[in-house]
Amino acid sequence: MKHRSATAVLVLAAFVSLPAGAIAPGDPVRGEAIYARCQACHALGYDRTGPKHCGLFGRRAGGVPGFRYSPAMAQADVVWDANTLDRFLANPTGMMPGTAMGYAGIADRQERADLIAWLRQASASPIECPP
Amino acid sequence: MIARINPFSALQDLGRRRFLVGTGATLSAAAVALMAGRPALAAGQGSKDDNLETDVRILNTALGAELEAIAAYAVGAGSGLLQKPVLDLAVQFQGHHKEHAEVLAKTIRNLGGTPVEARERYQFPTDGLKTQNDVLGFAAGLERGAVSAYLGAVPLFRGRELASAAASILGDEAMHWAILRQALGQDPVPTAFMS
Repeated sequence: MKHRSATAVLVLAAFVSLPAGAIAPGDPVRGEAIYARCQACHALGYDRTGPKHCGLFGRRAGGVPGFRYSPAMAQADVVWDANTLDRFLANPTGMMPGTAMGYAGIADRQERADLIAWLRQASASPIECPP
Repeated sequence: MIARINPFSALQDLGRRRFLVGTGATLSAAAVALMAGRPALAAGQGSKDDNLETDVRILNTALGAELEAIAAYAVGAGSGLLQKPVLDLAVQFQGHHKEHAEVLAKTIRNLGGTPVEARERYQFPTDGLKTQNDVLGFAAGLERGAVSAYLGAVPLFRGRELASAAASILGDEAMHWAILRQALGQDPVPTAFMS
């Protein structure tokens, strides 16, 4: 009986700590594993089929010098931050029709939060992204 | 015996079944309909042209990644770090990527688009490739990413034949990934689902 009560308290605590529809803060460790999905086209430190991710936060969309962007990305009035990345990663072609990133997106909000948390760290890493 | 197939064979006559997109001497079907004074038909055809442009854009992104993979395997095979039979695997997988690239480029042309070309130079993290396992790990990362890239592209194709053909390439990339993991001494199929 005591065990059942303790379980009930734990379940209640879980509901109290996270409002309905909320997600846990992004976990960069899980985000690094999710980034493996991006590695057909992207790297942190150098341009590939997609642009490099070093310096991503605060950069204007289409803003990596010398990278050949789609017209849609080059002309987009977007600055990358957690919110804009969340929208883009959820549905790249929906947010930016004409983007060359022909990828359906990451439907899971928590996975997006984890990936963004890792990108925030890694894209500013002095080791991966030397000045 | 494994039969060699062309997953895009159903699309060989796509150019005849679909209208061409792009600029130049070829007028789009929407333009033809507009010139014939049939705006409703033109509007519908405009949507088809948009679909075709979308498909060509996705195919070109895939082609760009395949061309990079060909170059990456060339770096790996030429590094002197790979020993047989791993070296043979790398050359075989590079051959698969060449086949993918060839058929993607042909399909893009059939759809009236212009295939991207290989870059003069690619950048790879060669400073970090010191051993055979480094090369295998690098290649495995590219193949794992390719699986996700095709997985993310399949639902976006407006043409179902293209989605099916892309899924065929996805299967090949997944086999590459599994075999590279096996060669690295890792669980070749670590999950029941890919994302």
